[in-house]
Amino acid sequence: MKKGLTRRNMLKTSTAAIGAVAGAGLLKGFPAIHAADAPVIRYLGTAVNMGDAVQKKLFDDTGIKVKFIVKTTDEVVKTIFTQPNSFDIVDSEYFSMPKLVPSGNLLGMDTKRIKEWDNVTSAFTKGEVAGKKIGDQGTAPKKVMYLKGAKSKEFASEPTQYVTLIPTVYNADTLGIRPDLIKRPISSWAELLNPEFKGKASILNIPSIGIMDAAMVVEAMGEYKYPDKGNMTKEEIDLTMKIFIEAKKSGQFRAFWSDFNESVNLMASGEVVIQSMWSPAITAVRTKGIPCVYQPLKEGYRAWAAGFGLPSTTKGRQADICYEFINWYLSGWVGAYLNRQGYYSAVIPTAKKYMEAYEWDYWMMGKPATADIMSPEGKKLASKGEVRDGGSYESRMGAVACWNATMDENKYMVRKWNEMIAS
Amino acid sequence: MKFLKLKPSVGLLSIPYSLIFVFFFFIPLALTFIISFWDYNEYSIIPDFIFENYSYIFKDCFNFQKDMCVTFKTYLSTFIFCFITWFFTLIIGFFVAYFLAFYVNSVTWQIALFLLCTIPFWTSNVIRMISWIPLLGRNGLVNDFLLSTGIIDAPQEWLLYSGFSIVLAFVHLYTLFMIVPIFNSMMRIDKSIIEAAYDNGANGLQILWNVIIPLCKPGIVIGSIFVITVVMGDFITIGIMGGQQIPSIGKIIYVEMSYLQLPAAAANAVILLALTLLIIWIMTKMIDIRKEL
Repeated sequence: MKKGLTRRNMLKTSTAAIGAVAGAGLLKGFPAIHAADAPVIRYLGTAVNMGDAVQKKLFDDTGIKVKFIVKTTDEVVKTIFTQPNSFDIVDSEYFSMPKLVPSGNLLGMDTKRIKEWDNVTSAFTKGEVAGKKIGDQGTAPKKVMYLKGAKSKEFASEPTQYVTLIPTVYNADTLGIRPDLIKRPISSWAELLNPEFKGKASILNIPSIGIMDAAMVVEAMGEYKYPDKGNMTKEEIDLTMKIFIEAKKSGQFRAFWSDFNESVNLMASGEVVIQSMWSPAITAVRTKGIPCVYQPLKEGYRAWAAGFGLPSTTKGRQADICYEFINWYLSGWVGAYLNRQGYYSAVIPTAKKYMEAYEWDYWMMGKPATADIMSPEGKKLASKGEVRDGGSYESRMGAVACWNATMDENKYMVRKWNEMIAS
Repeated sequence: MKFLKLKPSVGLLSIPYSLIFVFFFFIPLALTFIISFWDYNEYSIIPDFIFENYSYIFKDCFNFQKDMCVTFKTYLSTFIFCFITWFFTLIIGFFVAYFLAFYVNSVTWQIALFLLCTIPFWTSNVIRMISWIPLLGRNGLVNDFLLSTGIIDAPQEWLLYSGFSIVLAFVHLYTLFMIVPIFNSMMRIDKSIIEAAYDNGANGLQILWNVIIPLCKPGIVIGSIFVITVVMGDFITIGIMGGQQIPSIGKIIYVEMSYLQLPAAAANAVILLALTLLIIWIMTKMIDIRKEL
């Protein structure tokens, strides 16, 4: 929650950012890690999936301390550009890579230093789940995974030793619904614009992600088939926005949301019965005792993926500590922690070791729960007998249709999106 | 020439403030202005001198065959919110201040009631806004009450995520900004002036109109400047209370900044600043605050 962001604050932050751009060449941040001291890692990221438990476990296992620098997805990207020395490790999304890599602010990550590299899920490395190709429209991780060298600013089309990010977590997103208020099965993205839900639908007001959900809807309605939803032409953007502007003018949407908590409020209060949603928001609605389903849809999911990167100035002991942290992260305990929140760990076999068999069956295999399913914080998420929305890992990740994306026509898209909000 | 003798120390005393002013106000503002003429790409801003950022804002704005452009639409809606909010905060603020200043005689009570006005500010702005949702929502208290009394037979949707809820939140949030300066002006009014008006046979309304309001003008203008500048740049209230469906310049700037289109955001900020300053300039033309203070 940003509180009290006024125009004055806006001006301040904007100019601070500009100042940082101007001074980036001159100011070298002080390294946070001092030899011999207990190492501290400044971790830049949204940290939505990180709790105190992770910090504690990390310190117990490795003696490394983490200091979180929590920002929103877009702000994380901005920080990498404008203050590349303000963090030691960054947790970023793959769809930012087409923007970030050419700036040269991130280091190519050496896969030889990652113990579990060979166990990283094929969804990242090959774009496959269980040997089958999955949708790769948009900025699929495999497209922006490999670099031509450690200091390269170009992507390699074939696997190399150096990668942009070491994958950590990913998921398949879909629409969230209130089954108790809709009272009938929902099976298509097209339902978002169904007049039946007039005044009770919502979509997120983050252009780069909202446009993907919009494209899924337009395609599901049979209005247009995109060659690549994740990289639209100007005409395709116009067409998509036209359909949404008409829907907005006719009062289809109750509200738009841009903050995770807003989506929870909209759904929990019943203002909205169908909307774009993220999996932790579904969990948050459910823990209030309100029924909410992360509805699998026949057109498939919109997926996202995140990983760890290091600033290009990292070297020596600082690099050693960061790699040690990443290796610990992928060694299973965190993987299980992520899986229990409904995300997926990038290294599945290690995560399995830290999960109970009944948890594994529920979260990964799509089997009915044989005991109550608890969140990592100990809140009840599902009762005995319930099945995870969308089922198993293979049926969810296998049905990915597209990935969060950065388009070539990004600037135009943002402008058209603003036009829709103003219409 | 007493003044001249004092000058060195006066100059010295003003250094700290001048430095703060230069570093945290003038330089950032100048940078914003300069960068609004720069070029940019996906990941960096490029020193240049182009008008593209400005022409982009006004693209299609002067083609009157088409619908109104985004920029004009957004400013129009912002101006309307500004005016309505200003009107209600002024009316409510004036009478609250009037009550505090003239009907509450003990200073203790004045302070106590004044503190009461600030209670809404003890919680965060965002929480105050979100609290409207259970009240005004489809299943909220207001709709429940109206339904149960039979005044309406279906939930009223315009109560929330509408222009109405935005104005309601603005008035709730910013009336205090009117109360404080108007109250301050009223406290400076010499009571004997009012007594003199009475003695000359003026009635209550005449005193209010011919004596109190003219003497409160500086407070009214200062309060109005507060309210108008805050509403002009707001995007959090419009976002939350309007369900993100109603545009605001602040939101456009925010989105541009998140996509690192800093020069475009700077250009928008410069225009917003210019317009806001213009409004304030007009208001100060109407009344010379410096003289009145």
